[in-house]
Amino acid sequence: MSAKEGKGHDWPLWEVFVRSKGGLNHRHVGSVHAPDPELALRHARDTYTRRLEGVSLWVVPSAEIVASDPEQAGELFEPAESKIYRHPTFYDIPDVVKHI
Amino acid sequence: MPSLPTIEKDVVKRATSAPDHGAFDAVTAGDHDPAIADYCQRLGDDALILGQRLSEWCGHAPVLEVDLSLANTALDLIGQATNFLSIAGDADKLAFHRDVLDWKNCLLVEQPNGDFAQTTARQFLFSTWQHMLYERLQKSADERIAAVAAKAVKEVAYHRELAADWMIRLGDGTEESARRMAEGLDWCWRFVPELFEVDETLQLLIDRGVAVNPQSFEDEYRGAVGAVLAEAKLETPAEQRPILGGRRGHHSEHLGHLLAVMQFLPRTYPDATW
Repeated sequence: MSAKEGKGHDWPLWEVFVRSKGGLNHRHVGSVHAPDPELALRHARDTYTRRLEGVSLWVVPSAEIVASDPEQAGELFEPAESKIYRHPTFYDIPDVVKHI
Repeated sequence: MPSLPTIEKDVVKRATSAPDHGAFDAVTAGDHDPAIADYCQRLGDDALILGQRLSEWCGHAPVLEVDLSLANTALDLIGQATNFLSIAGDADKLAFHRDVLDWKNCLLVEQPNGDFAQTTARQFLFSTWQHMLYERLQKSADERIAAVAAKAVKEVAYHRELAADWMIRLGDGTEESARRMAEGLDWCWRFVPELFEVDETLQLLIDRGVAVNPQSFEDEYRGAVGAVLAEAKLETPAEQRPILGGRRGHHSEHLGHLLAVMQFLPRTYPDATW
């Protein structure tokens, strides 16, 4: 279909999240183009769950995602690198503590 | 001395209406039952020919996502065909080594893809019918048919919904999509009456509880189709002279071309394996 005939290329992008089984979180798996929410779900189903990957689907307009600025990665994430004491495994647990 | 049981008045009627084989040979008799084989060929051929038609879109659909959904639908249908043709006999042999006059599919499924709107109209009209049929076939007296229908009915429910979604979006879309949708629907409309035809073979199996009488859900079908057309802002096409005969092997020229492509490899290299 030529670009002149086809409106497909104007379809908005949707981010797809799949819950692989009950109890687990939805995970981002990719994106699809679709003209509206219902067809976005159908396209997500046909593209990402055809091999039994999931039991539940979310689609979110990509334009609605608020993302952090890669330019600010340094100030946002690097300070956490040197703070290993924020992990619970940093601390030794005294033998007398039975249940934690 | 114990007395003999009383002879019931309707004994003759009961004897003549009983199946012509005993309970013990029911299973083997079913395996070689030509009427059931014929019916399973009809069901299998419908699915296989439409599956092959849809797979022609592979790599050519308007967008990638639609390409995938058409291929998914095609694969579902080919899976159903494998199951039904396996009841009828050797599925591969029936699919790849049978000439056009022996195919029993309805004429709607062999119609060319046309544009995406025509493909959508064909899918919507067929999947809606097939869904209503499979829903009822789950109660078939033949357990094998009932089992295949029970497995397939969810697949077909999705095909039906997806096709209806596209009918509504294209019918109630742009001026061009509405025009193409109306033309696609018009092309397919004359093949709808065949879906509700009951011939002698079918009647026989309906009486035995094996087959479903499609006329039992024709009103429901017309209602469901009408509701989607209304939402799609499409006019119900004027009744045209119906074209019948697919079940008897009277096919359009399109089927021969489809089979030539589908059967070429196994016919040219009968020993090929992959």
